[in-house]
Amino acid sequence: MSGSEPLLRVEGLEKYYESESDFIDRLLGRQKKVKAVDDVSFEIHEGETLGLVGESGCGKSTIGRSILQLRKPTAGSVYFKGQDITTLSDSDLRDLRKEMQIIFQNPQSSLNPRLTVNDIIGEALDIHGIEGDVSRDARIKDLLERVGLNASHANRYPHEFSGGQLQRIGIARALAVDPEFIVCDEPVSALDVSVQAQILNLLEDLQDELGIAYLFIAHDLSVVEHIADQIAVMYLGKIAEIGTPEELFAPPQHPYTEALLSAIPEPDPLWDGDRILLEGSVPSPIDPPSGCKFHTRCPRVIPPSDYEFEQEEWRAVMSLRHRAREEDIAVETFDDGAPMEALREELDLPSTLSDPEAERVVQEALRSVADEEFGDAESLLSETFDTPCSTDKPVLRETDAGRVACHLFDPAYEAGPNDGTTTGDGPAAGSAASGDD
Amino acid sequence: MSLQRFVLKRGLITVPLLLGISLLTFGMVHAIPGDPIDFITLFTELDPQTEMEIRAEYGLDQPVYIQYIDWVTSAATGDFGRSIITRDPVTSEIMERLPYTLVMGIMAFGVTLVTAIPTGVIAAYYRDTKIDQASRVFALLGIAVPNFLLGLLLLLVFASWLDLFPILPPTSKGILSYDMLVYTLLPAITIGTGSTALLMRLMRSSMVEELDKDYVRTARAKGLPERTVVQKHVLRNSLISVVTVAAIQVAFIISGSVVVEIVFSYPGIGRLLVNRVGNRDFPVIQAIVLLIGVAVILANFVADVLYAYLDPRIRY
Repeated sequence: MSGSEPLLRVEGLEKYYESESDFIDRLLGRQKKVKAVDDVSFEIHEGETLGLVGESGCGKSTIGRSILQLRKPTAGSVYFKGQDITTLSDSDLRDLRKEMQIIFQNPQSSLNPRLTVNDIIGEALDIHGIEGDVSRDARIKDLLERVGLNASHANRYPHEFSGGQLQRIGIARALAVDPEFIVCDEPVSALDVSVQAQILNLLEDLQDELGIAYLFIAHDLSVVEHIADQIAVMYLGKIAEIGTPEELFAPPQHPYTEALLSAIPEPDPLWDGDRILLEGSVPSPIDPPSGCKFHTRCPRVIPPSDYEFEQEEWRAVMSLRHRAREEDIAVETFDDGAPMEALREELDLPSTLSDPEAERVVQEALRSVADEEFGDAESLLSETFDTPCSTDKPVLRETDAGRVACHLFDPAYEAGPNDGTTTGDGPAAGSAASGDD
Repeated sequence: MSLQRFVLKRGLITVPLLLGISLLTFGMVHAIPGDPIDFITLFTELDPQTEMEIRAEYGLDQPVYIQYIDWVTSAATGDFGRSIITRDPVTSEIMERLPYTLVMGIMAFGVTLVTAIPTGVIAAYYRDTKIDQASRVFALLGIAVPNFLLGLLLLLVFASWLDLFPILPPTSKGILSYDMLVYTLLPAITIGTGSTALLMRLMRSSMVEELDKDYVRTARAKGLPERTVVQKHVLRNSLISVVTVAAIQVAFIISGSVVVEIVFSYPGIGRLLVNRVGNRDFPVIQAIVLLIGVAVILANFVADVLYAYLDPRIRY
C-alpha cells in the first residue's frame, strides 16, 4: 500500500513533560524534562492497522493522545490527509474529531457515570450536527446493534453493564461520528481474555466493513499480532523496530523485540519456555540512558573490541557499570569477610573473567564499589570499556526484515567500535532517528 | 428502585430519627440543674400546698416518662405549652421570631452558594495559580475566624465606620421591608462565611478530582467545546458531593444563628433561646432545640434525595 499518500503521517513527534517539582526544586532551578515520546515517526495508510507495542511507561499512550492533540506535542508534526494538525485552532480541532476518534483503555472510568448510553453516544452526534436522513435515536440504535449490544438498553447507565459491554459502548461512541481513523489505546487490556477476543474481532469486522484505520496500542505482542498490518515496538519513548508482523517475527530482530517475542507463551506442552529475561526494570525517562536507551538491559550489547569477553560476562560488566551509575548496590549488606565474592555473586560476575586485562579493571572497579566510590567505578568502567551502545544513538535502518534501530545491524559497528566511528560525529551521534528515508 | 420509592424509604427512616431527637431534647433539658419551680416562682418561699398546685399546673408532678409522652403528643399537634416567663403560648412566641431566623438563614445559605460554587470552580480550573492560592488564603481565614468576631468586625467596619448599615435592626419596619433585608445581609454574611470557605474548598477539590477523570478526556475526544465539557460533565458530577455537604451546612447556619443573633441584636429564635436558657424557661428551650433538630434532619433528607436525583447509581 506504500506509494500513495498515507492517511496519517507522524514526523519526529516529541512529547516532553516537566517533571514534578516542588518549591525547592524550582528555587534551585532543578526542573527536569521527562521524554515521554522522543522523536517518533511512522505512517498509517487508509484502512490499515499499526500496532504499537511496548512496556508500560514507554510512551505509547502519549503517542496516541498526541496524535489526536488531546495532549499538545512538544515538537514534530502529525499530518492527517496531508494537513499538519498540530497547528490547528481549537475549533478546527473539534471538527477534526469527526474524523479521528479514540477508544480508551478503561471502559468503566472513561464513560460518564451520570449519563445514559443514549446521551453518551448522542452527545457527539449533537455537537457535530450529524443526523443525516435518520433520526438521532435510530442512529444510536443502529450503532448499538452494530457493536453487538441490545438497542433497548440505550436508556441505561454505564454501571448497569459489564466491562466488555462498556467497551462496546466506547466503540459505538467512537463510531458515532463516522471516523476514518481510531486510536485504540489498549482497548482490551482491562478485559477478560475471552472478552478480549470478542472485542478484537469486533474491531476487525468494523475495519473490514467501514475501512477505518487503527493505531492499536497494546503492551502485549500477541494481541496486535493478528490485527496489525504493521507493528512498531517501542522502548522508552523511541521506536526500536517497525515492520509487518512477518518481518517482526523473523530475524534479524532488535534484541528488545526478541525478548518481547520470547515472552509470548506458547500453547504447547513441550514448549521449552526459552525466555529471554531482561535484567532490571525500565529506566526512568527523566534521566534516560545515553546512546541506545536499551543498553542498560540489552542481552546483546556490543563488547569493546580491545578485550575478549563472553557475552554473559560483558552483560554482567555492563550491569555493574549501570548500577554503579545509579548507586544501586547496597554495599553495607555484604559479608565483611569476603565482600568481593559477595559482590560478584550479586552482580552475576564469574569469579574470574576470561580476559585477564579486563579482570584487572573489573577488580579495581569492584574495589571502588566496595568503598562506595560509585562515581570512580562508573567512570573507570565507561572509559576502559567503551561500546557504541552507550555512546551513539541508533537510528532506524532498513534490514532484511523490517526497520531496526540497533547498532548490531549497523555496518559501521560490525567490527566493534574503532576510534574513527565512535568519537565525534559518528554515523548516528546526535542525529534524529528519522529512519523513514 | 425508582426515585419515588427511594424518597418514601428515606422518608420512613426519618420517623425514628425524629422520635430519638425528641427524646434527647427532652432528656437534655431535664438534665439541666435547677428546679423549674424556682424560676416559675422567682425563688420565693412557698407553702407545700401552693407548690403542689403549681407543679400540677405544669405537669411537673407526673413521672418523667408521662411528662415526656404528654409533651411529645401535644408537640405533634404544634402545642408546646406556655412559657414559664411570659405565660404566652410557646408556639406563638416562636412563630413570631422564626421568620426572622428563616430569612437570615436563607440569605446566609444563598450568599454561601452564590459565592462558594463559582469561586470553587474558578479555583479548580486555574489550580495552582495565584487565583487558587488567593482562594486558599480566603478559605483558611473564613474557617478560622469565629463568627461572633467576624460579626463584630463587620458591624464595626460597615455599620460604625462606613455607616452603610444601621447598628441595630430596624425591626419596626417589618421583616420583609427593604431596610430590614439590607440589615440582615450583615448577619447572613457572618453566618455564611465559614460555610462558604468550606464549600469553596470542597467544590475546588471535587472539581479537580473530576477534571482528572477518564470520562472528561472522553468528552474532550468527542470534540465538545471546553465550556460544555466543564459545565455538563465536570461541574454536574462534582456538584454531587458539594450538594450533600451544603445541605449539612444548614445545620451550621442554624446553630451559628444562636451566637450571631446576639451579636446583631437580631430578633430571631437564636436570641430567644439564649434569653430563655438563662431563665430555665424549659418549654421554650425544648421547643427550639427540637425545632433545630428537626431542621437538621430535614436538611439531611433533602440532601439524600438530591444526591439520589443527581447520581443514578445511588438508588440501586
